[in-house]
Amino acid sequence: MEVVLETKNLCKSFGAVMVNDKINLTLHRGEIMAVLGENGSGKTTLINMIGGIYYPDSGSIYYENKRVEIRSPKDADRLGIGVVHQHFKLVSSMDAVENIEIALSDKEYKNKADIRKRITDVAKKYGFTVNPDKKICDMSVSEKQTVEIIKAIIKGAEILILDEPTAVLTPQESSSLFNVIRSMKKDGKSIIIITHKLQEVLDISDNVYIMRKGRYIDTLKTSETDENELACKMVGKTVTLQIARTSYEKKKTVLSVHNISCLSDDKTVGLSDVSFDLKSGEILGIAGISGSGQKELCECIDGIREVTSGKIKYYAEEGNFDITNKKPEWRRKNKTGFGFVPEDRLGMGLIASSDMVDNMVLKSYKDEAGAFLHRKKAADIAKYLIKKLDIATPGIHTPVRMLSGGNVQKVLLGREIEAGRDVLIVSYPVRGLDINSSYMIYNLLDEERKRGTAIIFVGEDLDVLMALSDRIMVMADHRIAGITDARTVTKDYLGSLMTDTKGQVI
Amino acid sequence: MIINFLIAAVLAGAPLVLATVGEIITEKSGNINLGVEGTMYIGAVASLAGAVAAEKLGLSGFGVAAVSFIAGALSGMITSALFGFMTISLRVNQNVVGLIITIMGTGIGNFFGELMGQGAGGYISVTDETKAVFSGIHIPGLSSVPVIGELLFSYNGMVYFSLAAALAAFFIIKKTKIGLKLTAVGENPYAADAAGVSVTKYRYIASVIGGALCGLAGMYMCMVTNSGVWVHGCISGYGWLAVALVIFSAWNPLKSIFCSIIFGALMIMRLYIAIPGLNPFIYDMCPYIVTSIVIIITSIRKTGKDHIPESLGENYYREER
Repeated sequence: MEVVLETKNLCKSFGAVMVNDKINLTLHRGEIMAVLGENGSGKTTLINMIGGIYYPDSGSIYYENKRVEIRSPKDADRLGIGVVHQHFKLVSSMDAVENIEIALSDKEYKNKADIRKRITDVAKKYGFTVNPDKKICDMSVSEKQTVEIIKAIIKGAEILILDEPTAVLTPQESSSLFNVIRSMKKDGKSIIIITHKLQEVLDISDNVYIMRKGRYIDTLKTSETDENELACKMVGKTVTLQIARTSYEKKKTVLSVHNISCLSDDKTVGLSDVSFDLKSGEILGIAGISGSGQKELCECIDGIREVTSGKIKYYAEEGNFDITNKKPEWRRKNKTGFGFVPEDRLGMGLIASSDMVDNMVLKSYKDEAGAFLHRKKAADIAKYLIKKLDIATPGIHTPVRMLSGGNVQKVLLGREIEAGRDVLIVSYPVRGLDINSSYMIYNLLDEERKRGTAIIFVGEDLDVLMALSDRIMVMADHRIAGITDARTVTKDYLGSLMTDTKGQVI
Repeated sequence: MIINFLIAAVLAGAPLVLATVGEIITEKSGNINLGVEGTMYIGAVASLAGAVAAEKLGLSGFGVAAVSFIAGALSGMITSALFGFMTISLRVNQNVVGLIITIMGTGIGNFFGELMGQGAGGYISVTDETKAVFSGIHIPGLSSVPVIGELLFSYNGMVYFSLAAALAAFFIIKKTKIGLKLTAVGENPYAADAAGVSVTKYRYIASVIGGALCGLAGMYMCMVTNSGVWVHGCISGYGWLAVALVIFSAWNPLKSIFCSIIFGALMIMRLYIAIPGLNPFIYDMCPYIVTSIVIIITSIRKTGKDHIPESLGENYYREER
């Protein structure tokens, strides 16, 4: 097969960190190549160099065997390289037509009607559905992605690079995206798809290009490999992809949510009429397209977002409390056992520039008498957590921002587990973490379940949710689309709930 | 009386139109230039110096006006090019650079204005012939039509220029491809860059054109409002009003015409509406009090949210991680 794109010894460093070290990649015409690697392995940096966002420190890029200089996204366009970035590069106040219009030069189109026609033509050819006159800000994530792909095709892309395209899609949307990718391949286009999901690699790609810590590791033929081999090559050591689900027998209801509604940050609907019970020793997984009300739900239960109607009841050993709109101060005074790990760890969870001790003090200083801080007790907790959770840090006085993502999460999770003896809310706890840290977090949550803690686990990977949770609640459009038994549910059913609201509630 | 009041309002509003439209163009590209006040001072002193120099060289009438116009626009362009260099190329915080330009421009304007005055023996002024160019036009047959003729055809050339500038800016921003790209740069520079639009180029050009209009607004204050005489502190907050007017007019150059004339009316109200016993300085406070109130109301109602360029105030760096 003919080579369309080749990189030779591409290097890129940011400060002292070498994020791409002598990367050689060869892409053939009509090939679907998966670039596989963990977060921070340098995948995105590599495609940003091919796409003209970053300029390489050294090394060269060849397009159809000719050496090329790609200094800007425009240069990449001219060569026929289209990149769909993970964070879409679309102007949200404009519609699809206008977004494509700004990307075309005067010679490339006649008028808006011409662009509109081309959008529908491309959509028909590859099997998309899109409304060219809809504003980007009114579109779903999957529609935005469609606009990005159509934009790349209209600009004449022969090579399409997709950065983590399925991260935000439902299973159904992913499989229709894969169909589009396959029909583009038939059309003679070459595709690079960047991902860290093993199953996807096996589903779609012809070849797998594996990276780890900024280096090239191996290229494998997809048909000759399996999930375990890919995981080992990606991580660099053998990993066991096992998630434990321990059953807890002495279940009793600890939290019951009755018809709560709330507003979102921009005063639109945040939650609408949400009701469910949470039992001790269970993990309630929450699935759904991000932004369907998960964040608001966690914050309402934790008392940091105002509930406009409905009630939240908490059944503790000391008695029953109505905790609707009870602020954290009240909760601390009444010693409720709530822990919350927000998705924005270094924003809402921890103070990045403070050390572990100060981050522990944050939770306890109000309970102490006098005007002075008592760091001794907090330091003990910090030391205990380092030991218990095996946190890799130079010491308890190192600012938490200096720690790796996995260790930051352990610090936060450790602190909140201590606080959350009854209810623990974790939101996207493994986002951005490597495989080993992720599985360590899953096991920690299972440990907590064994102790009888009720856990609300907001996640994005359906396979993990199905393996870890006892029940799965799917949220769609700020309401509950359905609650199902995690042991028997299928992925397709969950996917259909994400975009629908006709599921059953158990 | 009413007619005179309206005419005076338009005359006082015209420099606000120029400065507001200039700032709208700048902000549409995502750059917020808080240096309008300083740019106006520099434009004012440069246009006066230009006019005086042209008179010395023997030019007269429209020749002097043309030199003054060019000096005002050019000095505004240079000032805003400095703003552009600091924010676009060096990526310094835009608010800080804007304040620097305001402080620097106020100083430069007053320093050279006073210096010229001292050199001329007390105060500096252009000749009566030059002053005549900047006073109201008279179109035979039209200007003397009662009411309509007076309201439409009695102003100086700069008033018509500022209206034309607002209309042109509106047309370009809303109706042309350049305007669409400019909007894209201001909304999401990452998207614009990925679409092949040069963020640097658009931001520089928008800032410099905006600066030219602010310089001309300064020229208006000096040559028209103060009749070609340097008055210490002559801009007196007009530049800051323009920054606020951008918000009232929702980044729309057409609306800025109406908003500016309303504020022009507030500025000169004291001379036309007299409430017995009321301290005249209360009137002078009006524009600023109204500004505060309107800003509070718009913030509460969040009406500006739909119109504000999304990336306003953020410097763009392609290799941001």
